[in-house]
Amino acid sequence: MIDFLNSIVVLLNFIIIPGIAYGSQLALGALGVTFVYAILRFANFAHGEIMSFGAMITILFTWFFQSQNINLGILPTALLALPIGIIATIILCIISDKFVFQYYRYQKSVPVVLAMVSIGVMFVINAIIRIIIGTETIKFSDGQKFIMKAKQFKVMTGLNEGLALKSSQVITILITIVLLTFTFWFLQKTKTGKSMRAFSDNEDLALLSGINPDKVVFTTWIIVGVLACVAGTLYGLDKSYKPIIYLNLVLPIFASAIVGGIGNPFGAVVGGYVIAFSEIMVTYAYKKFLVYLLPSPLEPTGLVQLLSTDYKFAVSFSILVIVLLIRPSGIFKGRVL
Amino acid sequence: MIKFESYEWIAIAIMISLFIFVGFIQGWSVSLVILNMCIISAIMTMGVNISWGYAGVINFGVMGFLAMGGLAAVIVSYPPITESWQVGGRGLGISFILLVILVIAVMYINKIVTKKRNRYLLNTIVIFFGILLIRHFYLTATDNIEDVNPAIAGFLGGLGLPIIFSWIVGGFFAAGVAFIIGKVALGLRSDYLAIVTLGISEIVVSVLKHEEWLSRGVKNVIGLKRPVPYEINLQNADWFINLVTYLNSTKLNNIIDTSDRQQVLNNLIIDGSGIFVKLSYALLFLIVMVIIFYFANKAQLSPWGRMMRAIRDNETAANAMGKDIVKQHLIIFVIGAAIVGVAGAMLVTLDGLFTPSGYRPLRFTFIIWIMVIVGGSGNNLGAIFGGFVIWFSWIEAAPLTTFIINQLTAGLEPTNALKLHLLDSVPYFRYLFMGLILLLILRYRPKGIIPEKIRHS
Repeated sequence: MIDFLNSIVVLLNFIIIPGIAYGSQLALGALGVTFVYAILRFANFAHGEIMSFGAMITILFTWFFQSQNINLGILPTALLALPIGIIATIILCIISDKFVFQYYRYQKSVPVVLAMVSIGVMFVINAIIRIIIGTETIKFSDGQKFIMKAKQFKVMTGLNEGLALKSSQVITILITIVLLTFTFWFLQKTKTGKSMRAFSDNEDLALLSGINPDKVVFTTWIIVGVLACVAGTLYGLDKSYKPIIYLNLVLPIFASAIVGGIGNPFGAVVGGYVIAFSEIMVTYAYKKFLVYLLPSPLEPTGLVQLLSTDYKFAVSFSILVIVLLIRPSGIFKGRVL
Repeated sequence: MIKFESYEWIAIAIMISLFIFVGFIQGWSVSLVILNMCIISAIMTMGVNISWGYAGVINFGVMGFLAMGGLAAVIVSYPPITESWQVGGRGLGISFILLVILVIAVMYINKIVTKKRNRYLLNTIVIFFGILLIRHFYLTATDNIEDVNPAIAGFLGGLGLPIIFSWIVGGFFAAGVAFIIGKVALGLRSDYLAIVTLGISEIVVSVLKHEEWLSRGVKNVIGLKRPVPYEINLQNADWFINLVTYLNSTKLNNIIDTSDRQQVLNNLIIDGSGIFVKLSYALLFLIVMVIIFYFANKAQLSPWGRMMRAIRDNETAANAMGKDIVKQHLIIFVIGAAIVGVAGAMLVTLDGLFTPSGYRPLRFTFIIWIMVIVGGSGNNLGAIFGGFVIWFSWIEAAPLTTFIINQLTAGLEPTNALKLHLLDSVPYFRYLFMGLILLLILRYRPKGIIPEKIRHS
């Protein structure tokens, strides 16, 4: 029985909690991508950089607050700076729409052209970020690091295995729940949300019913800004901020959005967790887990690892390819918000 | 035969004069370094242009195909390491045979079992245990190989052939990978295809990065043999010394003192050997570029090229005319990738080293795409022009930015924090330039600087 509990704790500590935290970050990112895809109908390659931009502004203001000795006690100061980051990200999104994307929307350009345009935007934002903050890794989480340390847990329960709970993980999960609830409430219950869904379902019909497309697009960019900034900041808070990382993060985010069914917000969230968990589960060495569960003669000698951790990144793409082959529309039928 | 319009001659003249300009300002050595990379970029751009410009098939896997070309350069030119083959060859052979058996088994299951659920279940079981079995042989073999003299070897080595062969082999490697990708992913909508190819190219690079027995991974392969002479050999070769003396005879004759003259001659020989090596590279690359350009143009003007344009402009209509769209897309995707692979092998040849961790999508996929869009998709000369101009501005952006920042902040003190910060971030301004160029071109000249010619035949 104790062995069983130990094995569960191992799973929780190394797979489930990191998986949920990482999955939440991906889910928020994928939700942003899916919003752009459903309303503006293109794959936004700049999304990673938008996330990075939001995180950067948050970091700058975190530093400012820290220098003024303003803090939130046990919570990271970044939470205080987050609203400012969100506002800046929304402004960035709306500026990029006004000066760049709007023109192509009025031209009714094909999605590929818009994707190319978003690559241009990606380069510009990327350059701005690097010029402002450089390329070094930045750790900006302060306050209390752990809610529960592995040692505390061992003492508390008397088990062999420890369970560590980082505060950044808990914050990630809580903020994600709040944000997702709000987003889905907004889509389902409010008038603007309903008009967004109508617009994504059938643009012409929505226009005929008197929905103002500019307003829908404007609202979309606000939501995208909020989601991107929060996702970027949470990722930076959890792992540490590095401008280059966000370009690499775009790919798992796209994978999440497509796996879940692109254009489907619920799918994007599920996709985020699917990708995160498969990345972690395929590259985790199960030896420790099996040692507890199996009787000693059956104990594994190797690491019992399907793929080495070097391939973490490749896993999300293999999943993407497999899903596209078996079920091209994603786990949940895509294309409708 | 290919005939250039007057504005195309202007474009060619611009390209040539850029290098002459840099040659006079920053020296011929710098100019030739940029020229070599420009030619390679132009070949990559032509590869992408063939699939995107001719047929509208998007290929964001440029980075992966380049890396495959680079791998070919290593495998062809590096001398074989017999010890590695002895300790690991058998294990690798067994795992390869097992892999083939596994693939056949899966195909067989797909053919025999008709019920969908059973098929997935059976496939999962077979693949899972198959991989476990293969891993057993494979891991022992690769561990053994990686233990062979890890400081200088630790991988299988290559065939020890002249590296120039790898340019063709690299094309085939990239084509092979492209064939698999195309089989899997073509038929997806264009933006999905972009993401999938981007992702698969990341997978290719991460395999090259981590399979040390094959490519030495992050430890890099250095010291690949050159197809052109080494500087040190040139400096000791009589014919080269005579050549330099002959070319600079007037200058040398003006110097009366013999020891001074010898000193000047030595310097000239050292400079000259570097330039000679780069010139030989440039010549080899130019030959490849002209050959590819010639055939690409011929293909575009042929009935096949016309069919490709028809497919690009209206898939449904082309399909109704009996063209096999899936097959043609696959063919052109593979051809485009093969050309990119050739460029990848040339890139490694030029550097003389293979660094898998150096392959980043920003540098090796997106920049190439900017070249295609800026140059003009569907026009091969446009592709070359784009390759030249974008690579040129990518390199020359840093000196230009330094100049501009110094001008703008001339009123500030040299210790001003803002000025120092801006000067520190000079390397990042090139991304800004690239983004702005792309956005401006897409807005005001969406067909590129040298657009595709409209043909009415």
